[in-house]
Amino acid sequence: MKKSIVLYLHAHQPYRVKDYSVFEVGKNHDYFSWDDSDPNGNQKIIDKVSEKSYIPTNKKLIHLLKTFPEFKVSMSITGTLITELEKWAPEVLQSFVDLVKTGKVEIVAETYHHSLAFFYSLQEFEIQVRMHREKIESIFGQTPKVFRNTELAYNNDLAIWADKAGYKGILAEGWDKVLGWRNSNHLYKPINTQNIKLLMKNYKLSDDIAFRFGNRNWNEWPLTADKYINWINDSQDSEIFNLFMDYETFGEHQWEDTGIFDFLENMVPIWLKDENNTFMTVSDAIDSYKVVDTIDVPETVTWADTERDLSAWLGNAMQQQAIKAIYSLSSKILGTDDWSLIEDWRRLQTSDHFYYMCTKYFNDGDIHAYFSPYKTPYDATINFMNAWHDLRFRLNEKGVEI
Amino acid sequence: MLGWELPPHNSGGLGVACFQLCKSLAKNNVDIEFVLPYKTDQQNDFMKIHSTTPMNYTKLKHHLNVYDGANYLSTHAVTSEQLNYENYVASKAQENEYDIIHAHDWLTFRAAMKAKQATNLPLIAHVHSIESDRSGGESGNPMIRDIERLGLMMADKVIAVSQMTKESIAREYDIPLDKISVVHNSLDIDELDELDNDNVYEYIELLKSNGYKVVTNVGRLTIQKNITGLLYAAKDVVDILPKTLFLIVGDGDQYHELISLSAELGILQNVIFAGFQRGKKWRDAFGIADLFVMPSVSEPFGITPLEAINYGTPSLISYQSGVSEIYKNCLKVDFWDKDEMVNKIVGFLRNEGLAKTMRQMATEEIMSMTWDKSAKATIKEYSKHKKVLA
Repeated sequence: MKKSIVLYLHAHQPYRVKDYSVFEVGKNHDYFSWDDSDPNGNQKIIDKVSEKSYIPTNKKLIHLLKTFPEFKVSMSITGTLITELEKWAPEVLQSFVDLVKTGKVEIVAETYHHSLAFFYSLQEFEIQVRMHREKIESIFGQTPKVFRNTELAYNNDLAIWADKAGYKGILAEGWDKVLGWRNSNHLYKPINTQNIKLLMKNYKLSDDIAFRFGNRNWNEWPLTADKYINWINDSQDSEIFNLFMDYETFGEHQWEDTGIFDFLENMVPIWLKDENNTFMTVSDAIDSYKVVDTIDVPETVTWADTERDLSAWLGNAMQQQAIKAIYSLSSKILGTDDWSLIEDWRRLQTSDHFYYMCTKYFNDGDIHAYFSPYKTPYDATINFMNAWHDLRFRLNEKGVEI
Repeated sequence: MLGWELPPHNSGGLGVACFQLCKSLAKNNVDIEFVLPYKTDQQNDFMKIHSTTPMNYTKLKHHLNVYDGANYLSTHAVTSEQLNYENYVASKAQENEYDIIHAHDWLTFRAAMKAKQATNLPLIAHVHSIESDRSGGESGNPMIRDIERLGLMMADKVIAVSQMTKESIAREYDIPLDKISVVHNSLDIDELDELDNDNVYEYIELLKSNGYKVVTNVGRLTIQKNITGLLYAAKDVVDILPKTLFLIVGDGDQYHELISLSAELGILQNVIFAGFQRGKKWRDAFGIADLFVMPSVSEPFGITPLEAINYGTPSLISYQSGVSEIYKNCLKVDFWDKDEMVNKIVGFLRNEGLAKTMRQMATEEIMSMTWDKSAKATIKEYSKHKKVLA
C-alpha cells in the first residue's frame, strides 16, 4: 500500500461586526457594513485575502492538479465566505469552482455559518449543516461525504451524530492526549459508531507549514520542500499524513515572500518522486486504508492553542455570556420566518466573533496570536452585544415578547 | 528632592507619586532628602524631610495650591513661601555633598534653578503635568509657562510621566525629545489600604440592591478632568438605563457649575456630589462603583483607574491620559467622543460577563505593576548624569 499525503485546506471568512454603537440599536439593522475607508471592513478583507491568498493559491493548485495526475486536494469553504465571494469577488469563487471541476478536489461538509451550534442547539446545527450541503451542491455540484466541525471541535457525541447522519468520515485534531501511544498517521474509528472513520490531523507536520514556515527564529528555518518531504519519508509506522490547515496559510498567514508558494509547488513532485508515495482526498483515504484502532474523545478537542480545547472561544465570562445570549433567542428568531433577521442572527453565531473576545494572552501582549479588527476584546464584546440588543429590538417590533 | 506636597497633605496625585517613587528609590539604596514648603510632623525611615517654613499645609494651600495656576499672578508677586523655599533649597544644596537635584513640577523649578546655579549639580526636572495640561488644553498662565520653560531648559534631563507628556513638553517648550525620558508612574497594591465590609455610602448600597448601577469619578472638579463631558454622557446613559447613578467625588472650581449643569440636563436625581474625600470615604467610592470613569481632557498620567481596579472596579478612561499607555484591560475613548462614552458605559453596565472578565484581567494586570521598575529607570538617569559631572 502506498503512503499518502491528505492535504485538506479550510477556507473561511466571517461577517465581522462593525463599530456598532448603542445609538444605532433600533435604528440601523446593518451590523456588517463597514465604512469603505476601514481596512477591517468585510469587503476590504475579501479583496485583500483574495489577492494575497485565494487567487495565487488556486492558480498554483490548478497548475499542480493539471500537471500531476496523482495530486489531489480536499477543501472546505464556509457559507459565509461563499456569499461574500458571490457579492464582492465572483471571479474568485469561480476559481474555486474550476478547481473542483478537475474532478480531483473533494469538498468537506461543515456548518454554513462556521458556528459552534453543535454545543448549543442540535436543531440549529443540523439546519446549518444542511444549508451548507445545499449551497455546496448548487455551487460545486458535489455532495460532501466527510464532515468537519467548526475549529475542528470534536468529541464522541459529534462522531456519533455524523455516523447517524451518514457521513463516511470525520476530521479531528491528532492531539497526543487523545492518541496516547498511537500516532495520527493511520485510519481510526470513533468509539460507539457503526460505519464512520476518523482522520486525525498531523499537527506537527501541518503546523510546520501553517505556523512555523516563515519564522526566522525557528531552528529549522528555512524549510525547503526537500527537507520537509525527507521528514515525512523518514516517519516509521505511518500510512497517511493528514496535513490540515487554513487555506489562508498560503499567502495570508505566510506571505508570498516567505517562499510558501514555491514550497507548495516543489513539495508535490518531490513527494511523488518515490513511487510508493501518493496524494489522496479524505474519501480516498477512508476507502483505501484499514482501521487500526478505536478513538475515544469524551472531552471536546479543537485545533487551537496549546490547550486544544474551546477556551479561545468560550474561555471567559463575556464569551460565555455572549454565546448564551445568542442561542437564547433561537426559538423566537426562528419563529418569525423573517429570513433577513434569521440570517443576521446566524451570522452572529460565527465562531470568530467569540474569538475576538478572547482575553487569553492579552496581558502578555501577544496580539499576533489573536488577529482581531477591534482594539480590545472588550470593544469586540460591546459591538457584538449591541447587535444582539438590536436583534431583540427587531423581535419586539414584530410583536415577539422579549 | 524638591516637591510641593506629600501625603497625607496632598491635593492630588503629585504628592502620592513623589512619595511612592522616593520609597522605591530608597529601597534601591538612594539616599534622599526631600524639601517641602510646609511644616510637617511626618517623618519616615526611608528619607529625611525638610520643611522650609513653619506654616502648616492648610495655610500654605490657601496661598499657593500646586494645581491652582490661575491665581498665580506675576513673578513680582511671588509669595514669600516660594522665596523662602528657593532660598532654603539654594543654601541647603551647598551644605552637603549631593549628587543630583531632582525637582517635581513647576512650583519647585525656581528653587531647583537657583540650587543648580549655586552648586552646578545636575538637575533632573520631573514633569507630572505642564501648564497646558492643567488648563484643559488652553495655554494657561504665561508666568507659569515661563517658569516651566526655563526650568526644562536648564535641566540636564527631563523625566516625563508618560509618552504623551513627553510629546507635550517637546511641543510646548521646544525641548529636544532625546532630552526627555519617560518613566511611567505605577502602583504597589500592597501600599493601598483594603476595603472593609461596611461601605460608607449606605444610601447608594440601598439603591444598588434595587437594581441601580453606579458610575464613579474621583478627582478634582476642574476643566482638565472633563466632568462636564461625563455629565452630558450621563444624560444619555440615564435615558437608556434609568437606574444608573453617577457618584462624583472631589472638589474644585467647577463644583457649582457642575451641579447646575446636572439640573439643566434633568439628571440631578442621578448624580451625587460627595465632595473631596480621603481615607475610607475615598476608598469606598471606588469600592461601591460598578465602573470608574476618568474622562480627562488631558491627564499626564492619571493613577486613579489603577487605584479603582485595586478596589475591584474596572474603568473607562480617555486616550488622552498617560495611564492609557500602560493600562490594557479597560475601556478607552477619546474625551470629546460623548456618544462613544455613552456606548461604552451602557455596554459595560448591562453586561455582567464583560464586567467580570475585565475585572479579572485588570486585577491580574495590576498585580505585576510595581514602583520598583520606575525607581530603577530613574536611577539609570541619575547614573548617566552623575558620570557627566565626574
